Parts: sequence; C-alpha cells; structure tokens
Amino acid sequence: MPEAKLFEEANRQLVICNACRYCEGLCPVFRAIETRREFGKGDVFYLANLCHDCRACYYACMFTPPHEFAVNIPRILSEARVESYKEWSWPSFWARSFKEPRIATILAGGAALLVIVVAVALIGSRRLFSRHEGPGALYEIVPYAAMVIPAVLLFTYGVAVWIRGTIQSWSECGRESEAPGEGVSGQALREAIGAALSLRHLDGGGPGCTYPEERPSAKRRVYHSFVFWGFLCDFASTSLAFVYQDFLHILPPYAVTSAPVIFGTVGGVLLITGSAGLIYCKWKSDRAPAVDRAYRMDYAFLFLLGLAALTGLLTLLFRATAALGSLLVLHLAVIAALFITAPYGKFVHFLYRSVALVRYYAEQNQPEKIQP
Amino acid sequence: MNEFDVIVVGGGNAALCAAMAAREIVPRVLVLERAPEHMRGGNTRHVRNVRCAHASPDRFFSGAYSEEELLEDLIGVTGGPANLDLAKFAIRQSSKLPEWMTRHGAAWQQPLAGTLSLGRTNRWFLGGGKALLNAYYRTAHKMGICIRYGAFVEDLLIENDRCEAVALKNDDGQKNGGHELVRARAVVIAAGGYEANIEWLKRHWGAAADNFIVRGTPYNDGTLLAALLKKNAKPMGDPKGFHAIAIDARAPKFDGGIVTRLDAIPFGVVVNKLGRRFYDEGEAIWPKRYAIWGGLIAAQPDQLAYAIVDLKTIGKFLPPMFKPYQAESIAELAKALDVDGRAFVETMEEYNRATSGRADQNLETPDGNGTRGISPAKSNWAIPIDRAPFYALPLRPGITFTYMGVAVDETGRVLDQSGRAFRNLYAAGEIMSGNILTKGYLAGFGMTIGSVFGELAGRMAATNARG
Repeated sequence: MPEAKLFEEANRQLVICNACRYCEGLCPVFRAIETRREFGKGDVFYLANLCHDCRACYYACMFTPPHEFAVNIPRILSEARVESYKEWSWPSFWARSFKEPRIATILAGGAALLVIVVAVALIGSRRLFSRHEGPGALYEIVPYAAMVIPAVLLFTYGVAVWIRGTIQSWSECGRESEAPGEGVSGQALREAIGAALSLRHLDGGGPGCTYPEERPSAKRRVYHSFVFWGFLCDFASTSLAFVYQDFLHILPPYAVTSAPVIFGTVGGVLLITGSAGLIYCKWKSDRAPAVDRAYRMDYAFLFLLGLAALTGLLTLLFRATAALGSLLVLHLAVIAALFITAPYGKFVHFLYRSVALVRYYAEQNQPEKIQP
Repeated sequence: MNEFDVIVVGGGNAALCAAMAAREIVPRVLVLERAPEHMRGGNTRHVRNVRCAHASPDRFFSGAYSEEELLEDLIGVTGGPANLDLAKFAIRQSSKLPEWMTRHGAAWQQPLAGTLSLGRTNRWFLGGGKALLNAYYRTAHKMGICIRYGAFVEDLLIENDRCEAVALKNDDGQKNGGHELVRARAVVIAAGGYEANIEWLKRHWGAAADNFIVRGTPYNDGTLLAALLKKNAKPMGDPKGFHAIAIDARAPKFDGGIVTRLDAIPFGVVVNKLGRRFYDEGEAIWPKRYAIWGGLIAAQPDQLAYAIVDLKTIGKFLPPMFKPYQAESIAELAKALDVDGRAFVETMEEYNRATSGRADQNLETPDGNGTRGISPAKSNWAIPIDRAPFYALPLRPGITFTYMGVAVDETGRVLDQSGRAFRNLYAAGEIMSGNILTKGYLAGFGMTIGSVFGELAGRMAATNARG
C-alpha cells in the first residue's frame, strides 16, 4: 500500500485497539498504544518495531477480517516495519532491497559470485583442489590479508549504516512533546537489554507465541534463541581465532578441543537448527498476519544465516581433505553475501527492536506517561 | 442416523463448558454451533472477564471477595435474583471456576491500567473472550468432542417430556422435510438470547427497535428460546427487558463489540434530538450510571442522543473509535448534529448558568458539585462546558443481552409451565440467565452464570445419558 495510505490505515486500526484494550496483557505494543491517542508516522514505526510478530493479538481479536472493522495489527505493523527498515537504511538505492527482492538478490548474489570468481581466478584450480595441512595451511589457499581486509571493510561499512539507522530510528520515533532521551535511565536500559537477550516478549503474554498456528507454543522463542546465541557463539569463535593467531601467534587449524573450534561448532549447530526451525515455522505459519514482503525478507536472512553456518561446519569437517579449498571459498562467498546485505535485510531488526524496547521501558518507568 | 450421548446446541462459553464437562463422563458429545468458524462463540467473543468469589487474593485477584459480598453486589444491582437458590449456587460455585477454567485451557492476565477498577472482583482473560474461546475449542477438540459449525438447529423433537433429537436446517433439499435429525440421549441448550432478533424486539418496542444496535453476535435470534417456549417451557424474566448501554450511533448494526462504547456521559451533558437534556448525567452509582443509558436513549425521539463535552474533558475518558463532531461554538456544533439548534444552544446556556463555576472534576468519587435550578439536575461533576472546541458524540442504545429465558431446576433441567422438568433437556447461559438476572447487570457475572450452569448442565446431561 502507498506510504501515506499505510500510516492512515495503521492509525485507523490502532485507534480501534485503543478503544478496546483487550490485548493489553499480551505484549508491550498494546501498553504503548494506551499512552497515545493519535498515531503518527513516528508512533507507527515505534510500535511496528516493538511488535515481535507473535500474533497473539491477531487470534484474540474479534474484529479481524471479514469483520468490517478489518483489524489485523500484526499485518499492518509488519508492513510498517519493512517501510521503517527501508527509510532508516542508506543509501536509498540499496535500501530499495527491502521492497524489491531483486535488488537484495543482486547484492547478495553479486557479492558471493565476486568472491568465487576472484578466488578461482587468483588461486588457480591446482591449489584450490589439493590437500593442505599443517599450521597456516588455510592461507596457502586464500592469503590472510585477502580474507581479512575485505571482511573488515564490509563489516565496518555495515556497522556504519547500522549506526546511522539506529540514530535515525531513535529520533524519528520520539514524541514532539519530549526531549530526546527523556526517561532513559539505567533501569530502563537494564530492562530493555534483559528483554532483548531473553526474547521475553516472544511469549504472547505468558503461554507463548501463537506461532506458527493459533495454539500458543514456545517453538519460536526457542528457535530464535538458538539463532541468536548460535550467532554470538560463531562471532566469539571468530574473535577467539583472531586472538589465537594475532596475539598468541598460534596459526590454524586449531585442535578439536580448542576454544575457537568448540564455539564455532556449537554456534554452527545452534544456528543451523535455529534457522531451519524458524524457516519451518514460517513455512507452516498463517499468511494472513504478515505481508509477503516481510516473509521474503525473513526467509532470505534465515537462509543465509543457516547456509553460513552449514558451509562453516563443512569447512571444519573436511579441513583435512582436498575439499577444503572449495568449501572455504564457498563459505567466504556466503559470508560476503551475509555481510553485504546486513544493512539491507532482516539483520537490522535486532537494532530497531532494541531501540524500541529502550523507548518502551523508558516510557513505562515514567508513571505520568502511562495514565490511561 | 447417528446417536450422541449429549448434544450441546450453541457454541459460546456455556456451550463449551457443558460439552467439556459432559465429555469427561460420556464419549459421544456433539457441539452444534450455528455460526461459521470465524464467528464462533456467540457473545463470549466480546467478553473480557469473569466474576468469582474468592477467600484471598492471588496473582490475578488484587483482593479477597467473599460469597456474601458478591451476593450483596448482585442484589444491589439487580434488585434481587428471581431464584435466590440458583443465584447462591452460582456464587458458591464461582470460587471453583478459576481452577476449572485453567484446567480447560484458560489463560489469565494481571489487572493492568485499564482493568484495575475491577481487579479485585473479576478475573481477566489474557487477550479477552475470543482468546478464551480459542483455548476452549482447542481443548474440546483434543478431548474428542465433535464440533459442527454453521449448524442451524431450528427445532427440538420432544416426546413424552424427553428431547429425542434436534432438527437442523438442512441446506440440501427437502430430505426429512428440509431437516436433518440428530438424536441424543440428553440435550443441552446454550444458544443465547434473542437480542439480535429485531422483529422480536419490535413486538415489545415497536419501530424504535429499528434504531437499536446489537453489540454482539448477529446469530442470537432466539430460535431455540422460541422453540422451547412453543414446547411449553416456562419463561423466566421480563420479555421486554434487555441490557443496553449508550454506544456510538455510528456503530455497525451488529457485532461492534466493546470498541463502540462511550464513557463520556458523566464528563459532560447529554441532549436529545429536541436539543433538551433528559436525565441526570452525574448520578453517583457507577454500574447503574453505565447500565441505564441504553434504556434512557431508547425512550428518546428516534433513539438518538448526543454527549456534549469541551476541550477540558475530551481527553479524560477512553479514546473513542469514531471521531467526535467538533466545532468552535455550540451553535456551530449544532449544525453538524441532527438536533434542534436553538433549543440546544438554550439548553447549554441554561446548564452553564446552573453550574457552580467549579471546574475541577474527579470521577473517582461523587463530588456533590451539582447544578442548581434546572431540571433534570446534574448532581455531580457539573462543570461548565465553555472551552472551545466543543465536541459531540452521537449515542444510540446498544443492546448487550436480553433477560427473558426459560426456567431451570437445580440440576439445570428445563422446567415446563407446570413446574415439572423435561427429563433430559437442559439449559445453560444467557437462555436461562433470567432465573438469576432480572434487571441491571453485574460486570462479568454473565460469564459466571454461563460457566457454572454450563458445567452443571453438561455434567448432569452426561450422567443422565449414561443412565
């Protein structure tokens, strides 16, 4: 739906919610609604990113289509969420990938292809397909600098775009009546971080998300935790390997019992299980409470995450064989695709949800703000 | 032809409670829900809490609420139940409901901002009535209860004081005279009232009924109540009576639910089409204040009225779904409304002159700040309405439920005109609430009646069916 229409429609539905309030026990979105009367763009973006798409409200609502009030909060918020991702991304050409999967595919596919083509051209097939063993063997295939420099550049670029978006999301969702950062206390930050780490609000107000079906279930929270902690484990593994190599001067490959390998393996398994679980749930889930665009974006991100973990694990598993070279290049290609799309895909959600949680707990800690 | 142990006609709270209670005793239980699946559950779709007596507070009740106090509240609001024994039974059983409901899938929420005022006496469903229904239907399904949607029961086959079968309207032709008969050893009727049957309401209210809005399900047209009365069941309760509140006149004819209610009345004044006030907007007693306005507006010309507030109070009550009419002066406002403009301006000037001039207003307690020298008076919270912009909210009667039902005995069996019980025919929920509620309403007590008598009827019907 066109942007102006989107906010008008979101406001229409949120005004109905505010007159009803039956869902206030389900999640923070409804308690945040109760502190407002009209819902402008900033409010809609804030609520959209506070919404965890748990869908409890959709199944609890007596006004969902075909009712003439046609209330479908998770759907309208999912549409607004994609819009907010796009607006808070940069530059606008690449930001279009939130709405045009074509662009995202070009970005991810292009980066992966580039890595493969360059690697094959520079390494040559003989080196690529032969066995490499012993300390530093990896770098006989892809030189250390060739691996690290593009990765650091990509990572820095992604983080810079993330920071830019985070600042924009904070300022755009603020209410005119309040000073920036008003109410943000240590306590609010602690509560927000706690909620983010524990995925507390993926609980449908207690019994669990109504996801993938109408029956409350802990599935989504569990799989999502797997992905989150799996990703952190893999991140830790990479950081540890960096420390081993550049500070302790121990070159890979590392022993099966070493910290980088243990973290990497555990993380990889968690990521694969988690992303596969989430993809399965998503595939089984009811299509009505979210827009297709959000689905495509979620699938792409989960697929890339799972694939990154899978290729990483395979590289580890076959590191003593002649397959090491091709697996390594494949893994690096997937990582490149993941990194390049980090500011242009679902990856960004962790930033904006966290920002929304901080705003929420800051508001809730100011009693005068939450009068009904 | 299939024979069931127990057939439950209806698909709301009372029906599901009956079906689950029955299924715990007998294997073959059938629920016949008239609505399609997405509209299942009757008026339970729109409820939010249940009133229960309890000896001590817990995670979900903010304080104790004794059986005696609940009975007092019931008598206070309704002027005394029609059948005191059944009322006492409902109250006694109410204390067991939280455990029973939880066991059958109910999830609860703690009282929050919007629900604090009833947090001591009422227990809140997490996500409201539809979420409760979803849980009950899931449980029913898991228990192996058969559920048919779009099953329109038109009549009951009664022979020798026994209900032998129910007659469903049959869409495919004239087989069995257009009916499908489903046999059962015992039958529970939990099919709601007749508030959605405008023709029926017209018999008592005339053309005015065309202007009534039905807040809940469009399927409560009283087909089963009419069938029972035709089979000589004994009616209970005022046939003309219904519970109605003031809701936004722009609400849809049916099923607008909670979002169309307006809480503006005590903050300002209410005028009718003639531009005249007609009742004390500042009456002290809260439940009464809420519950009588539907009836009051039903008695006004064209069943239309307007609540008038100004800038001082527009933000004080729950935000309405529909935008209020707004103007910079009362005369301007009149143009947007269907009222006699001159009389309206006069009424407002008269009202403002009659106020004491005090402009503070706190609805927590009656403040005695009444008008002087006008009739009707506004006896509390009468502050002047003088700060532009001025706002008007159009009001019509929104019917929640009807009172008249059928008489039942202490086991939930339907009684006939002579006071004798049908041998295997039970009733639960709104269709028998007239045994207890005669007028007025106690928030959440409809769910108490539905749950208690649903469970009772289901259990007794199953016991009866087992022989």
